[in-house]
Amino acid sequence: MQMASAKCVGLRRQGGVVNVIMITVALLFMVLFLLLPLITVFAQAFAGGISGYVASIVDPNTLSAIWLTLIVAAVALVVNVVFGLAASWCLARFRFPGRLALLTVLDLPFSVSPVVAGLMLVLLYGRQGWLGPWLEAHNLKIIFALPGMMIATIFVTLPFIARELIPLMEEQGADEEEAAILLGASGWQMFWRITIPKLRWGLLYGVLLSNARAMGEFGAVSVVSGNILGLTDTMSLDVKALYDGYNIVGSFAVASLLASLALVTLIAKTVLERQFLGRSTKEEVSA
Amino acid sequence: MAGHVSIHNVSRRFGAFAALNDVSLDIPAGELVALLGPSGSGKTTLLRIIAGLDFPDSGQVLINGEDNVARHPRERGVGFVFQHYALFRHMTVAGNVAFGLQVRPRGQRPSKAEIKARVAALLDLVQLGWLADRYPIELSGGQRQRVALARALAIEPRLLLLDEPFGALDTKVRKELGQWLRDLHHGQAITSLLVTHDQAEALELADRIVLMSQGKVEQIGTPAELYTRPASPFVLEFLGEANRIPCVIGEGGLALLAVSGHALAQSVEPGQAFASPGAVLTLYVRPHDLVLEARSDGPAVVRAIKVAGAFAKIELMLGELALTALTPLHRLPSLHLQEGSRARLIAAQGMSFSAAGAGGSVQFEAPRALVMA
Ligand SMILES: Nc1ncnc2c1ncn2[C@@H]1O[C@H](COP(=O)(O)OP(=O)(O)OP(=O)(O)O)[C@@H](O)[C@H]1O
Ligand SMILES: [Mg+2]
Repeated sequence: MQMASAKCVGLRRQGGVVNVIMITVALLFMVLFLLLPLITVFAQAFAGGISGYVASIVDPNTLSAIWLTLIVAAVALVVNVVFGLAASWCLARFRFPGRLALLTVLDLPFSVSPVVAGLMLVLLYGRQGWLGPWLEAHNLKIIFALPGMMIATIFVTLPFIARELIPLMEEQGADEEEAAILLGASGWQMFWRITIPKLRWGLLYGVLLSNARAMGEFGAVSVVSGNILGLTDTMSLDVKALYDGYNIVGSFAVASLLASLALVTLIAKTVLERQFLGRSTKEEVSA
Repeated sequence: MAGHVSIHNVSRRFGAFAALNDVSLDIPAGELVALLGPSGSGKTTLLRIIAGLDFPDSGQVLINGEDNVARHPRERGVGFVFQHYALFRHMTVAGNVAFGLQVRPRGQRPSKAEIKARVAALLDLVQLGWLADRYPIELSGGQRQRVALARALAIEPRLLLLDEPFGALDTKVRKELGQWLRDLHHGQAITSLLVTHDQAEALELADRIVLMSQGKVEQIGTPAELYTRPASPFVLEFLGEANRIPCVIGEGGLALLAVSGHALAQSVEPGQAFASPGAVLTLYVRPHDLVLEARSDGPAVVRAIKVAGAFAKIELMLGELALTALTPLHRLPSLHLQEGSRARLIAAQGMSFSAAGAGGSVQFEAPRALVMA
């Protein structure tokens, strides 16, 4: 910290013109591309006054979209936590053939465009897809229905938690777990009393990241949902649908809700990051 | 009941590397055994296998006649003090020590009050009662080691495995805790295997020493046995310094190998013939067995005299051979030696090993001392 601030002082004294240019450019971009759009969203949302805003939110279709978004995000979260813990446990604690391949596959959702991801699901579960006939025979509907949207959301958010936990687990090692076992803990006790508390900051951080992504996901969900108003519309889809239907106030009202959710997540993330970084550097010393 | 550990032909490889190579070892119940060896010799690996944290590729570990692998760790009754402490970072010191009692199944678990009392007693034992509410990050290295020790003792193990438990402690606390560990064995309720880098600690505390090198057991024996009758040059040099003096087997016995052209030593008869005349071998003489006499015509030249505590270390050149002698500080004035003075050397005691390394060591004890004059 001291080093960094000392450096800044030095730069502040010597930077001169360069400093002024850099700061101006950075500020300009922040205002133009981040702050102004955000303000616009809220301004437009309240263009019809508070009553107009409330009216657009309590619209049944919008309420259903909010509800759907929360459900999809919640399901994705549970799956991600379970998968994230299991995957990072295997990948961080064990060395086996194919481990590197698995680590690479884990990044697939990061590198594949969400629209392509959605299409892959359609090709797999859709009526003309590989599993389509079997699903139809058993009267299971995935594409253009809630399950498809959940799968799409899970697909795009799957790596977040595992990616957060793997380096953390590798750095922490398994010494404490071994100590717990030798002290007589069962596997279950070890997991809940040692492993989870050790990982808690990383886990929480991963949860926030994946949740933000889950609520904001558009591309993949859009492909598999079929945009059935009031049925398979999440908030992100609803914003577009309303906008396309020239309901500007409604569209921006929902957008402002989404933006608020994102802001809350960001603030939580910043707070956590401080905690987490402070902790982990301190805890590392003790390990 | 203390644990009796027998290890039969245990091997453990990591890839192509043999971390343990056919190790056999018997630790009688109630003994305090020191496991000594250079870094990377397999000490931690052996400890982990005994604890059941790792498994041998071949061989067997029995505790009181039972195969360790078959038992749940809870029933093994092994206390383990990790080389890097492995304290639970999210628990206080008291929480760490209490853990082993808290995770017991309901029927065997002591009451909360009992646990609290036990933890307090253990922390007093390692003199850390005042730190009970701190977290591991807030402790010094030595304090962490003592917490790790208290935590391992909380479950009243019958076998205590300690991986360099006193490494980060200062000499005084180290001695105290070592003595305390020693005392723990008077009741015969516990068997301990103590890994240490410190040969002085091993010689002082242990009933027996196991010396390892490159995944193999070099020698097992009491501290006195290892010190006075090392089985190999490695053991000899590991347990204290030694001068290496090249010698040749002469007609009449052992002779100092020619240094700077002419033979310096008078021949002496080896205690035991184990090599044929003409064979070259190395004579090992401990610094405190090298006695000096100031002589203006002596073959050795004093290069430096360094005082270290109760002893003076005298560095000499015998021709091109550098030697070290150790003498009690109070005797230094009577030797009349300064830098540059010449001296005659007498090896009061020495050891040599046959070229094959097998068994044969020779001792030159007074009055047949090896005189280099
Ligand atoms: N998990 C592992 N994978 C590969 N090699 C290992 C592993 N564990 C230990 N080794 C190797 O086995 C050898 C013995 O290691 P070990 O930790 O038992 O040494 P040690 O005697 O305890 O050393 P130190 O005194 O430095 O603690 C070392 O060469 C080490 O590199
Ligand atoms: Mg070790």
